[in-house]
Amino acid sequence: MSAEGFDLKGDNSISRPPSRGEILADRAFRGIAYASGGLVVAMLAYILWEIGGQAAPAIARDGLGFLTRAVWNPQEHDFGILAEIWGTLYSSILALLIAGFFGVAVAIFLTQDFLDARLARVFRTVIEMLAAIPSVVFGLWGIYVVIPAIRPVANWLHEFLGFIPLFSTPMAGPGMAPAVIVLAIMVLPTVAAISQDAFQLIPYKVKEAAYGMGTTRWEAIQKVMLPTASSGIAASLVLGFGRALGETMALAMLIGNSGQISLSLFSPANTLASLLASQFPEAGALEVEQLMYAALALLGIALVVNIIGTLIMAMSSKQTVS
Amino acid sequence: MTVIEADMNRKPDVPSLDHSFSDPRALRNTIQTVLLWIVALLASVPLFSVLYMLITRGGARLGWEAITALPPAGLEMGGGFGNAIVGTVVMVGIGALISVPLGVLGGLLLGAIAPSSRMSDAVRFVAKVLTGFPSILAGVFVYAWLVLGMGTYSAFAGGVALAVRMIPTVMLTAEQAVRMVPQRMKDAAFGMGCTQTQVALRVTLPTAMPGVLTGVMLAVAGAAGESAPLLFTALFSNYWIGSLTEPTASLSILIYNFSGMPFPNQIELAWAASLVLVLIVLVFNILSRLIGARRV
Repeated sequence: MSAEGFDLKGDNSISRPPSRGEILADRAFRGIAYASGGLVVAMLAYILWEIGGQAAPAIARDGLGFLTRAVWNPQEHDFGILAEIWGTLYSSILALLIAGFFGVAVAIFLTQDFLDARLARVFRTVIEMLAAIPSVVFGLWGIYVVIPAIRPVANWLHEFLGFIPLFSTPMAGPGMAPAVIVLAIMVLPTVAAISQDAFQLIPYKVKEAAYGMGTTRWEAIQKVMLPTASSGIAASLVLGFGRALGETMALAMLIGNSGQISLSLFSPANTLASLLASQFPEAGALEVEQLMYAALALLGIALVVNIIGTLIMAMSSKQTVS
Repeated sequence: MTVIEADMNRKPDVPSLDHSFSDPRALRNTIQTVLLWIVALLASVPLFSVLYMLITRGGARLGWEAITALPPAGLEMGGGFGNAIVGTVVMVGIGALISVPLGVLGGLLLGAIAPSSRMSDAVRFVAKVLTGFPSILAGVFVYAWLVLGMGTYSAFAGGVALAVRMIPTVMLTAEQAVRMVPQRMKDAAFGMGCTQTQVALRVTLPTAMPGVLTGVMLAVAGAAGESAPLLFTALFSNYWIGSLTEPTASLSILIYNFSGMPFPNQIELAWAASLVLVLIVLVFNILSRLIGARRV
């Protein structure tokens, strides 16, 4: 752009072309903005590089066998994380089943005119506040409220229905069940929030069309609203799953930190994140390499799940808009 | 099918507009509505249970000594978590010092300077992926980078780990806020010969400020409650913070450590510390809502 266009002699306008200094400052500032954006991308790359680099000796030593064996024995330098991978996936899937049910129900409750607008806002805040409670506080609450509350139920189930693999062990204290319950509570706000967005994106005329054909409210929800919102709900479940996989502190406090593979809800187990939390602070140099390998495995799982979730979400919002 | 029977009992051409419970469809609708109410109320139980426990068990112990004294050893009585409050504040401060400038600049890039460039798409995607990242990996990363590099656990490493968690939140909310600024305001400034920088700093950013601050408050609230990134970056300390390059206490790690101890005194303190932590987090959360609400 040339400067002449701006130059209207004798005019009182405050418009003027940018000076040379301002153009330089503009270039510099844009450079800085680009650099800080680039830094975030670089940070992810550096995280992968740094954790990968630290894990390299362990990868070279153990190869893929590390991922398929269930031992953790620092004395004999014998390590494998199959039990932790199992615990991570098992606890996250169970928690997601519970949180998915409650989360979608809450989303329907808040978006399909069950409450008047002001009450709905209060209720939405209650669910959002759950997301604000720190993980350690949930862990503490789990130890002193959830475990004592479910222990009698768990032991009753074990006594009378012990032949079912889910209830095959008695519950002594920390274990899969309290961990799953607390995990579900922590994932619930994520699922509820994203599902609500999915419902709110549906144009009002879709619902009107359904009502106009004489459906009851529930028929409209089940046959029209749920299918229309399904891709958004799917995204909420995948992102909730990602959150569950990486949740650390509450699980480290509740799951019992014992690397065993069991279907039982009441036996102690372990997850990748809580293995890191419990072993890292007192690990020797060799064990740190193994833990970095475990971190890399967690990173790989979380990255895949999060990328899938982000892509589904991008696709579903495009779909609904168009 | 019962639904069809009910339909056949009606007179033709006169749609029944009654809402009778003998109609299986209406009955089913009512039952499902009641069930939904029950499920929704159940979903709100945990929050109230947590708050009740915090107030009764934490509130009982909360006092001047609890928030100013040093943590007690083993069977010692009394004590508090003053150093942990200071440590949390210092480390969240470091996290904010790093993440706010980076996040806001990144937000300006995504929302105003180059909203649809390939660079921005990449940055946005990475930031979204990072928000869902396991928080403990921030700790592992900073451990590998700074703790091994500096040879010591430190408040600085803890602050950096928190910053890794805060940057995506600040950046993505800043982007949203910047995008809300009406195009005609920016056009007016461009029309007077402003450079992009001048528009971004003098028009876009001040207008978007409430939204940007909302994101900052949310990030601070989240960081204050984080524990996994601090676990092996800041570690813990039983003493007051002396410098940024030594192990430092934080509320969340204190709760984690004390929750597993067999001493009632420590467990009481863990509850009191939880109450303080939740209060800090809630204050910043409410601040973010207030600032955010002013915008609309």
